[in-house]
Amino acid sequence: MGKIQTMLQANKLAQGLLLAAFILVTAGAVYLIDRSVTAFLLMLASLLLLYYTSFSNGMKWSIAVFLLVIVIPFATSGGTSRESYMEVATQCGIYVAMALGLNIVVGFAGLLDMGFIAFFAVGAYTYGIFATGQANNFISGELFPLSGGSFWIFILIGGFIAGIFGILLGLPVLRVKGDYLAIVTLGFGEIIRIIFNNLEKPVNITNGAMGLSSIQPPDLFGFQFTFPHQFYFIVIGILLIVIFAVRRLEHSRLGRSWKAVRENEIAAQSMGIPLIRTKLMAFAIGASFSGMMGVVFAAKQTFIDPTSFTLIESITILVMVVLGGMGSVPGVILGASLVTILNLQVLTEFTSWLNQLSQQGIFEVPNALSPSKMQRFIFGMILILVAVFRPHGLIAARNRKLPPEAVKDPSPPLSKPEVQPD
Amino acid sequence: MSDHQEHNVLKVTNLMKRFGGLTAVNGVNFDFPKGQISAVIGPNGAGKTTFFNMITGIYVPDKGNIELDGESIVNIKPDRITSRGIARTFQNIRLFGSMTVLENVQVGMHIHLKTGIVGTLLNLPRVRHEEHDAQREAYRLLEYVGLAEWYNEEASSLSYGAQRRLEIARALAAKPKVLLLDEPAAGMNPRETSELTGLIRRIQQELNISIILIEHDMKLVMELSHHILVLDHGEKIAEGGPEDIRSNPKVIEAYLGKSAVEEEIQI
Repeated sequence: MGKIQTMLQANKLAQGLLLAAFILVTAGAVYLIDRSVTAFLLMLASLLLLYYTSFSNGMKWSIAVFLLVIVIPFATSGGTSRESYMEVATQCGIYVAMALGLNIVVGFAGLLDMGFIAFFAVGAYTYGIFATGQANNFISGELFPLSGGSFWIFILIGGFIAGIFGILLGLPVLRVKGDYLAIVTLGFGEIIRIIFNNLEKPVNITNGAMGLSSIQPPDLFGFQFTFPHQFYFIVIGILLIVIFAVRRLEHSRLGRSWKAVRENEIAAQSMGIPLIRTKLMAFAIGASFSGMMGVVFAAKQTFIDPTSFTLIESITILVMVVLGGMGSVPGVILGASLVTILNLQVLTEFTSWLNQLSQQGIFEVPNALSPSKMQRFIFGMILILVAVFRPHGLIAARNRKLPPEAVKDPSPPLSKPEVQPD
Repeated sequence: MSDHQEHNVLKVTNLMKRFGGLTAVNGVNFDFPKGQISAVIGPNGAGKTTFFNMITGIYVPDKGNIELDGESIVNIKPDRITSRGIARTFQNIRLFGSMTVLENVQVGMHIHLKTGIVGTLLNLPRVRHEEHDAQREAYRLLEYVGLAEWYNEEASSLSYGAQRRLEIARALAAKPKVLLLDEPAAGMNPRETSELTGLIRRIQQELNISIILIEHDMKLVMELSHHILVLDHGEKIAEGGPEDIRSNPKVIEAYLGKSAVEEEIQI
C-alpha cells in the first residue's frame, strides 16, 4: 500500500487517470441511479480528490470549474431528484461564500464574530424589500416591486449595504476584545433580527414576523430564474469571484495586516498598522460576501422572514470555519460543504431511512431521537472530535512558501552577513 | 545642553507619566543625538520601558513633550508615529508567530507600501510589482541580520536569539530615523550578545539610523553607546558618555546600594 502511495505521488498521469475514472464512475452513477445520495456525495468528493492531486494550480482550477459548471449539472439532470440535488449544491455554495466571509473576520483578523448571520439578513432584506411591494409603504409612487432585472445590481447593492452595516456594527463593538467581542457581536446579531421582526410600526418596512413573500425572481433578458438548478449557476458564479477575492486578499498588504493584528495587536500597531481601520475592513469585506449571498437567498426562496436568521445560523457558520480550519481557504470550503451536506442531506436521508425501518416494523425509533432533531448534538460532537484530533481544522492553514527565485535579488546584498546564526 | 536641532533627532522635555499613585517617569529631559547610539539604563522598575512606550505613542504622557526632528509627537497614535520614523522592538518578543519570517518583515514595510483593496482585487501589474519588490527587499533585510535561510519558516520556530534579530529586521523594514531596542540582548548567551553588538553597530554606521536602547548587559551598553541616560525611580540620575557613567557614584548606588559605593565596586 505504501509503495502504491509513493508511486502515485510521483506520477501525475496516474493521478489524472484515477481522478478521471472516479469522476466518470460517480457522475455516471448519479446520472443513472435515481435518488442515490451516496453517488452524489462521492461525485462531490471528486473535488476534494482534485485538491490533493499534484497538478499545478491553474490545472486544478480549470478542472474544478469544469466539474462545477458542466459535470455536476449534467450528471444530476438524469433522474427525478435533480432539483433536490441542485438545491443542496446551491445551499452549499451560499454557505461556502458566507463561511469564507466569516473566515476573513475570524480566521484572518482573529475577531470572534458570533452574529455573522445579521449581514446575510441585511442582504436578504435589501433585495426583499425592494423586489416586493413592501417598499411602497415608505416610498411614494407605486414604483415597487422592482423587476427581476434589478437582481444583478442588487447583488452589489446588497453586498455594499451589508458592508456598511459591518462598519456601523464594528465601530462600537471593536472596542472590546476576545470573548467579550464574541458576546457583543452575538447580541448585535440578535438585535438586527429583532429589529427586522419589529420594523412594521410606525412605518411598515420589513413586514415584521409575517415576512416578505413573492419576491421577484431574477430575470436575465426575459429568462426567469426560478428552479434550484438555475440558481446554481448564479451561486457558482458569485462563489468563484469570492474565492478569487479571498485568495488575493490573503497574501496582500491588507491580508498581512489582518494576520498581524490577530497575532499581536501592539506589535502590529507599532509597525504602522492602524488597528481600528484594519479590523473594520475585515468586518466590512466579510459582511459584504454574506450580504451578496443574502440577496441570492432572498431571490431563491422568494420568501424571507426573521426566523431564517437566528443565532443557530450564526453558530452553524462559525462551526463551518472552525471545522474546516480557521484561516485556511480550502479548509473553510470543505468545512462549509460538509456541514451543509450533513444538515440538508445526510441527516434528512438518515431520518427518512429510520422512518422507513420503523414503518416496516423492523425497529422503533422514538421521534425525539430522529437524527434531524439532533443537529445541535451532532455539531457539538463534531466540534469536540475536531478539537481533540484536529485542533487546527480538517485542512489546517498553511503559510505560503516562496521559491528562492522570488525573493533573491540579482543585485548584491546590503552587506555580507558576518554573524552565523545557530 | 542647548537646542541643536540638526544634531538631535529626538528631544524629550520634562516628561512625566503616572499610574495611579506611582510616578513611573518624573520630569525627564534628554536629547538623543542624531546618528548615534544612546542607551537608557537603570535598575528594574526605573521607568525605562514606560519611557519607550511614551516615545512610541503606546502611552500618552501626563506632562512634557517629545519632539522628533523638531515636531511634537505627543498625542499621536502609535501607527502614525511609526510613519513619522520611529520603529521599535519589544522586551518580551512580539513577533507574528504563525506567519513566516519573510512575512514578518513584509508587515514591517506596511507604511511604505501603497497597495489598496481595489488594486489587490484586480491584481494590477503595479501591485504585483510592488509586492515582488517588497519580497526581495524583505529578503535583503533578512540577509542583513543573518536570517535569510529561514525566510520560509514560521517565526515562532526560530531560536530565541534569531527571534530577537527578526524583530530588528522587522523594525528596519519601516525605514526608521530612530530605532528603539528594548533589551535586545535579554536572554542571550555571550556569543549571541557579541553578534548582536556587531549588528547594532553596523545598523548605526551603515544605515545611518539613530539607535536608542534599553539594556541590562553593561558590557554591551558600555561598548556601544555614545550617550547614556540613567533612570532610577522614574527620575534622571545621570547622563553622559560611558566613562562618566561607569564612575558616577549615584549610578553605582542605584544599582548596587549605598555600601557598594564605599567599597568602590566597579560595575
